[in-house]
Amino acid sequence: MTLLLSNDGVAPHGGGDASSLLEPTSGRRGDSAFKAVALIAGLAVLAILGLIAYSTTKEAWPAFKQEGLGFITSSTWIPAENKFGALAFIYGTVLSSLVALVLAVPVSLGIALYANEAAPRRLRKPVVYVMDLLAAIPSVVYGLWGIIVLAPAIQPVYKSISGAVGDIPVLGWFFNGESGRSYMTAGIILAIMITPIITSLSREVIATVPSAQREAAYGMGATRWEMIRAAVLPWSRGGIVGSVMLGLGRAMGETIAVALVIGSQAKITTHLFDAGDSMAAVIVNQFGEASGTHRAALIGLGVVLFGVTIIVNVSARGIVSRFDRRSQGA
Amino acid sequence: MTDLLSPDVERLLLDATTSRSRRVKNRLASIWMVGALLVALVPLALVIGYVLFKGIGQLSLAWFTEDLPTITRKAGGGMGPAIAGTLLITFVAALMAIPLGILGAIYLHEYGGKGRTARLIRFMADVMTGVPSIVMGLFVYTVWTLTFGLNGFGGSLALGCLMLPIIIRTTEEMLRLVPDELRQASYALGNRKWRTILTVVLPAAFGGITSGVMIAIARAAGETAPLVFTIGAARNLNLNIFDGPMTALSVQIFGNAQTPFEAAQARAWGAALTLVGIVFAMTILARVVSSRVARRHSA
Repeated sequence: MTLLLSNDGVAPHGGGDASSLLEPTSGRRGDSAFKAVALIAGLAVLAILGLIAYSTTKEAWPAFKQEGLGFITSSTWIPAENKFGALAFIYGTVLSSLVALVLAVPVSLGIALYANEAAPRRLRKPVVYVMDLLAAIPSVVYGLWGIIVLAPAIQPVYKSISGAVGDIPVLGWFFNGESGRSYMTAGIILAIMITPIITSLSREVIATVPSAQREAAYGMGATRWEMIRAAVLPWSRGGIVGSVMLGLGRAMGETIAVALVIGSQAKITTHLFDAGDSMAAVIVNQFGEASGTHRAALIGLGVVLFGVTIIVNVSARGIVSRFDRRSQGA
Repeated sequence: MTDLLSPDVERLLLDATTSRSRRVKNRLASIWMVGALLVALVPLALVIGYVLFKGIGQLSLAWFTEDLPTITRKAGGGMGPAIAGTLLITFVAALMAIPLGILGAIYLHEYGGKGRTARLIRFMADVMTGVPSIVMGLFVYTVWTLTFGLNGFGGSLALGCLMLPIIIRTTEEMLRLVPDELRQASYALGNRKWRTILTVVLPAAFGGITSGVMIAIARAAGETAPLVFTIGAARNLNLNIFDGPMTALSVQIFGNAQTPFEAAQARAWGAALTLVGIVFAMTILARVVSSRVARRHSA
């Protein structure tokens, strides 16, 4: 309650509360009612987040109770034998998201720098439009394209790569296997989906770099690339890290596209061209025929996913806002 | 900002004054940046191309009006129930999320400002945009579907929860753009704060808010995961969102994409084209609205 009252003494952000000077206290009833309604609407966000945590955990409880810590440390998931260890799915979520990041970060950063620093003025807006379109395509459409077009087309490529380097140490650990629907395919589709997110967020950050910094670097005789390295990147590093983490959070939670192209086999392997599975994909693929503890376990996967994405998002926002404060103070 | 010199002059100066290795590095960096853009264009062109060419053959009058075929692997029938479902479920979701989101944003900008409560709500709204849509689906399943069964309203609830934080944050940004002079002028005329907000601030921000809301709606219309557990699977048209299963375009794409049957896959492409059409139309409309507003502001 102290939280709610704490800002009563603070002057409203949007202009002074001048009406209080004109009217005696009786005239302020409309105002306080409206403020209360607006506050309740704002608090709905907190209520919904709290309710998500509470009600999903409650429904998942039978599975948590039965499995204990084994729910996240065991990789035996056999619904028919009432065994639910989700480690393989957690691993799959992490691996496919990491593949997506490795592919998406250089591309996103390149586009963001191009749009803000290098592109001719008349090309900058179209670049942003294109990224908007990429972001607007629903994930299920990427999934459809992935399963029907990409997976069959890329399978021979995987096969020849793993044939060429499969026996070489290090390279062979990763570039091995020959499944069209695989961690790698899921990573590619995820990379396409998170590129516009990382691009637009880091573009905003790069736009806050003061022109004085750029001009100082140019004035010292720097080339464009040296200017970017000396002025743009150090200034925006925190924000870029934050936007990459937001992209990571998005990749981990993505369901439909991954469910269609990851291959749906619970398998812990470093082979990127092997079929795997992820938490979100398992939920959507098995929920229809699940009941009892199985269903509780699937909701439990949702709870784990919720927890992980909250942690990733909170730390990303923390990094971004710390960076915001610094750039405002400077 | 950096375009002080024409590219030709810049090139000449660069060649005359910088060493070869620095020039090469600069060149490589430029290639990386342009290359990144081209790499991103490839999937966009491929996906849109495939959706267009494979989907266009499906579209006909029957596609928009007829029920789904009873046998998935055979051709025929239409997407009527799914199109109606997507539009109806998204519309009801918007009906719930828009007033709540705008009111929440009004609290954040007009009342809360930099106070603790407002900062907490703002932060949590940001966090809420990151909640995976499948978690929203499971959440609505536990609080609505378990009690009231599979129906369209469950889907609306889930989509509404996804839209809410986006609407709050974009609306707050738009309220921030409304000049304080407008508020002060309204106060000077004796308007109270709530009247000022409703009759002066909101109308001034209307264009920007509309564009943000439409982006949120477009995002929600394409969602699949939150609908799979909550709306069920119907083959026939059901316009009552409180009673009985419905279907949606995204759910149809997901279901049909997993089958090995050609007719079903063709239907998935047709549904994808229809869905992308709806989503793009809303996104482009939002762009037009916001650029018109921006022009008016700068004029």
